[in-house]
Order: sequence, then C-alpha cells, then structure tokens
Amino acid sequence: MFLSGEQVHVLGCEVSEEEFREGFDSSINSQLVYHDLFRDPLNWSKTGEALPGGPLGVLRAMCSRTGPGPVTIALDSLSWLLLHLPCTTVCQTLHALSHQDSRPGDSSPVEHVHVLGLLHGELHGPGPMGTLSALARTEVTLSGTRSQASAHILYRRPQQRPTHETHWFSILSDFGVDLQGVSPLKSQPHPDPLTPPVDPTTHLTFNLHLSKKEKEAKDSLTLPFQFSSEKQQALLCRGLGQATSHIFYEPDAYDDLDQEDPDDDLDI
Amino acid sequence: MFPELNNLLNTSPDSVEQGTLTLLCDAGTDGSFLVHHFLSFYLKANCKVCFVALVQSFSHYNVVGQKLGVSLTSARERGQLVFLEGLKSSVDVVLRAEAEPHPLGFLREAGAGNLQPLYEFVREALEPVDCREAAWRSPVLLVDDLSVLLGLGVGAVAVLDFIHYCRATVCCSLQGSIVALVHDSGDAEDEESDVLLNGLSHQSHLILRAEGLATGFCRDVHGQLRILWRRPSPPTAARRDRSLTFQYKIQDKSVSFFARGMSPAVL
Repeated sequence: MFLSGEQVHVLGCEVSEEEFREGFDSSINSQLVYHDLFRDPLNWSKTGEALPGGPLGVLRAMCSRTGPGPVTIALDSLSWLLLHLPCTTVCQTLHALSHQDSRPGDSSPVEHVHVLGLLHGELHGPGPMGTLSALARTEVTLSGTRSQASAHILYRRPQQRPTHETHWFSILSDFGVDLQGVSPLKSQPHPDPLTPPVDPTTHLTFNLHLSKKEKEAKDSLTLPFQFSSEKQQALLCRGLGQATSHIFYEPDAYDDLDQEDPDDDLDI
Repeated sequence: MFPELNNLLNTSPDSVEQGTLTLLCDAGTDGSFLVHHFLSFYLKANCKVCFVALVQSFSHYNVVGQKLGVSLTSARERGQLVFLEGLKSSVDVVLRAEAEPHPLGFLREAGAGNLQPLYEFVREALEPVDCREAAWRSPVLLVDDLSVLLGLGVGAVAVLDFIHYCRATVCCSLQGSIVALVHDSGDAEDEESDVLLNGLSHQSHLILRAEGLATGFCRDVHGQLRILWRRPSPPTAARRDRSLTFQYKIQDKSVSFFARGMSPAVL
C-alpha cells in the first residue's frame, strides 16, 4: 500500500504509537497517519486531550473525509471496537466507511476506501464473527506459529463464487513475510485410478462368511425383545382365566404395618 | 525471588526490563508463587511497587516475603511499597460514606462496575511526586489477581479497560512494568474469564503459565511452567516468540526448575 502511494490512516486502540511504529522504516512512518486512541480512549483523564467522540467519533469523522487518491483505513483493532460498541453500530459504521464512493448526488470524484480490520477471533462469539464475515469482501484467517504460519484467504467478489486459498509463510526478524507456498484451491477429492481399492476381508484368520444353513437359522431367529404378533396375542390373552401372581409377605418384628402414607405423596 | 526463575527469564534485579506487561496464568494449580517471586524481585531491584492485593492479607505476603529475603513492612515504611489490601479495604467501602471515592468503590455499584477509581489509585501511587521519588527505579504495578474482580461482578471488558489504562500510564508514560495474575478455570462456559485471559494474552509481552500435571498430584513435581516471550525487541532477537516449558517443585524458600521428566526424584 505504501509502495503504491496510498494514504494509510491507522486507528490505534491496542498499542501505543511508539510500539506500533517500531519496526517500520522512516519512509513508511512518514506516510502513516496515526490516530492515537490508546492513551485515553474512554476519556478518563478529562484533560481534553482525548479525541472527541472517542473511537466511534473518529471513525464517523473518517466517513465524511474526502481526499485525493485511494485511502486505506487500518483498525487496530476491530476487536477493541466490538468489545466496547454494539455490533450493529460497528457494522453500520464500517459499511458507511467502505461505501463512501457510492454516495448519491455527490459530484466529487469517486475515491476507493479500503478498510482493514484486525479481529481476535477467540474474543467474540459466532454472532459478531459471522456478521463481520458477511460484511467483508476478503477474509484472512491466520493460524500456526511464527515459523510455520498459514493464512486462509477467502475472496468474495460480487456476482461470483467465493474462492479459497491457503498460503504458508513465516515471519522474518524485520517483520517481513517469507512466503513458502500456496495450497491449491479447494477441489472435490477424486479417487486415484492407479491403486485398486483394497478388500479388507481377504487374508483373515477367522471366517466372516456364513453358509446357507447358518443364514437360514439366523433369519428365522426371533429376538427376545422384539414385539411380534405372537407376543401381542400372548399378552392380550393373559388376563382371561389365568391365575394372577401372588406375593407372600412375612412381616418382621420391627416392620411398621401402618397402611397410611407418611409422605402423603402417593396418588391412590 | 527465585534465582532459577531469573535464569530462565534471563533477568536479574540489576537489569530490569521496562515497559512490559507480564501475564501470570494458572490452570489447574496455584500460581501465586509467581506473584511472590515478582514481588520480591522488584523490591530487591529497588523499584517502586504498587501492589493491588485482593486475595490475601498483608501479613501473608509479608511472611512469604521474609522467606524470600524482603520485608514488606520496611518497604512500606520507606515508601517503596504501596499496598492496597483488598480484604480490609472492601469492608471500608461498605462502612464509608458514599460520596468519598475509594479504589474498590465498584463494590457499592449496582451496575457492571467501572474500575476508574482503582486506576486513579494506581496512577497516584506510581506517578513521581517530587524529586525524592527519583531514588526508585521504574514503577511496577502488581495485581493479585484479576479473576477476583470478575468474581466481584466487574465485567471482563471493564477489567481489560483498567489494564489498558494502566498500560498507557505505567508502561508507556512512566516506562514501568505490570505483572498481573489471571486464573484459567478451564471451564468452557465461563466466557468472561476466557475473554479476559485471551484479551490480556494479546497485549502481554511475557506470559508465564503454570499448569498442573495432566496425571494429577505428584509429591516431587508440583506442576509445569510454560514461558512465552511475545515482545519483538530487536536487541535480543533470539528470544522472539520463544516458548520454553519446565517442570517445577515448590520448596520452603525456593522453587526448583528442571526440564520435563528430569526431576531429581526420578533420575
């Protein structure tokens, strides 16, 4: 972005300006416009130094900004905004930010505004994550460690199918990125025609097959708890003329023969 | 302080790193020995320490401190240590008149709670008042522990904001350090605790994670310590993003560290 001469605005909420600029060389640092929301984002100091309106005010002020050339707004971080502002407010503001060029009745030339937001995935639930994902045209999901990291990129182009790509990279000491390769685009897994499928039932030490007699015996077996019509008849006819079962009870010396219900919870 | 831990972290009371946030985390075990280590370490390093102690009484920390070679009583008397005894002052909040601001004033609030009074207390304690304060080295904020604030009804975002403001003041403006302990309950349903732990992990320069052994209690190995450096400091480039794991045994006056599986009792 810097090489192409774009202007970059950074909304810094997570780290101090010194820490953010550390590691960039002077040419990049001179092109970077840093909005410091780290020192006093919630206006606790009340010294008047805090940016008016807090982070939301700064974002909304950016919505009405028009300058020459394309502009990139980097949000460090989107997680901070999402934790402090309602999700709907953040989404509406982001939409307004990135669609500045499509305002009706505006005679000024169309500027491209790119919004770049850093989101810590594990801090938010699936609702806000899904909403922001739907709002974004490109989604880059990072995982892995510094030496072996992967970036899964999802491109959503209008009126086209989304495409996936996975890049493998490692981060160098000067914050540069060493690309190690790209995984192919997702495709349907097809069976390899050269190797025939292996039959696992060959070369066994026990017999898995049944002979014809054994098959017949197996099919004619009735399962003990299966409810068949014979069982149904046997149950229905039981009540007629069949002796009911008896219970023989010999009370001990200590048994209480009180017929009343002490807990009063039997519904007889 | 534990000399073996100093060696692992490559620090000493003579060369204290400034402007860092160190996150202490314990999962399945008690990580308070790390709090005692850093308390005695920074007192020996001649730093001005503000200790927000919400878990134990002053005498508890003093007794352990004496075993490690520091006297909290004399440190407090000479102005090196500012001690907020949470257990005692929480009673004051309830009995005090409501109009007076108190660092633990959020206990009286019915809502989610705002830790700005606590931040103001820390700022006043650590900001240099006059030239006499220059006798101390960098200021240090020590919190034991942040999970107690969640239990007292403060939201995770409010605790993150408190640490954010402390970072801005203590780490960036005053070039000091912060050490805070957070518990990892491991409970998948405790979202607030997860948000707090993950949010702080992203902001920390050094993470020390004490874990209980997966196999349960052991007499000779009390747990495992994972050390993760996150600060990309150019002078010590080799340390960047390095992670080390050691097992430890807590003794009466020290803690011994050894590589996994290399406990002296086993060898």
